[in-house]
Amino acid sequence: MNISYAECTARERLARLCDTDSFHEWLPPSERLTSPHLAQLGVPSSFDDGVVIGRAQLDGHTVFVGAQEGGFMGGGVGEVHGAKLVGWLRRALRERPAGVVLLAESGGVRLHEANAGLIAVSEVMRAVLDVRAAGIPVIVLIGGANGCFGGMGLVARCADHLVISETGRLAMSGPEVIEASHGVDEFDSRDRALVWRTTGGRHRAESGDCDRLVDDDVAAFRAAAIDSLNASQPLTMASLEAEHALLAARLATTPLHP
Amino acid sequence: MTNSTSIESMHFEFDGHRHPAAFTPVLVGVVGSGNLEVMVEPAAHDRCSVGIETSARGFEAIWAAVVRDFHERHHLAGVTVSVNDMGATPAVVSLRLDQAVAGLKVAP
Repeated sequence: MNISYAECTARERLARLCDTDSFHEWLPPSERLTSPHLAQLGVPSSFDDGVVIGRAQLDGHTVFVGAQEGGFMGGGVGEVHGAKLVGWLRRALRERPAGVVLLAESGGVRLHEANAGLIAVSEVMRAVLDVRAAGIPVIVLIGGANGCFGGMGLVARCADHLVISETGRLAMSGPEVIEASHGVDEFDSRDRALVWRTTGGRHRAESGDCDRLVDDDVAAFRAAAIDSLNASQPLTMASLEAEHALLAARLATTPLHP
Repeated sequence: MTNSTSIESMHFEFDGHRHPAAFTPVLVGVVGSGNLEVMVEPAAHDRCSVGIETSARGFEAIWAAVVRDFHERHHLAGVTVSVNDMGATPAVVSLRLDQAVAGLKVAP
């Protein structure tokens, strides 16, 4: 039976993505490692600060898995949320799992934690690149209703493999942000067709920003994650130059506004 | 001075008689608009201890009624229930509390 990835919570996705009952969580909710900032602003905390991290088996391979909870503050990255991700990635350098799988769903930095969140995102990016440099593939899955935006959009593009569904979206600035800063003539955030043909999963896959487009189905994400294991894509000067050439070619074919 | 932006905390204690079999902490729900998370953990006492943190201030009487109804349905002993709330309605709170208990194995 098809189970919608988009409609699952972070914990449900992990339970269904990994081999049955194989997930072992680090810093679980009972540890109550929550944001030091939110209560001061009158915002309730979440016992896991909106991110679940741990180790699991994926098709018999030991992997590190993590999942952001889009239902809590849009998956926003705060100080603790970011620190959990960084510690999890650094532990991967020591334990060398077969892969690191991040189920990203985030609007980006949690504005309540502004600079702490920005620093956290930069640390996550650094940690992702360190894991890649160690030859461990980092696989990012995007299929939640909140998409993957802001700093987490940057983190996603630092990964070896990016898997997205048509429901998923990936970008730096979200539609409302672009409209607010450049005006509705530049980008109408209520134009759903426009939103989906710029940030939507199919558009991203066809323009080469994602490696795989899968159905909105947890089993499809699981199969894609398994396929991506043991396929590290080292970050080399040659791969960077190829990326720059791809971006230059895309820019050359982009019609510019007068 | 009351701080209108602060979280309201509440605590309720009940005597119970149904001790769940040994269990790992159960978490249900997600804190978000109109929803809440509930965690139930084993505790070394014979009571049902309920702690609530909520962003919606001034509803203590309603929380007291909802939690009392919950306890009358389950009579749990030796558990700590913790709630992080972001404006859930009483019906949603009741459903989530029952969902959490459904995740426990309670001896008859």
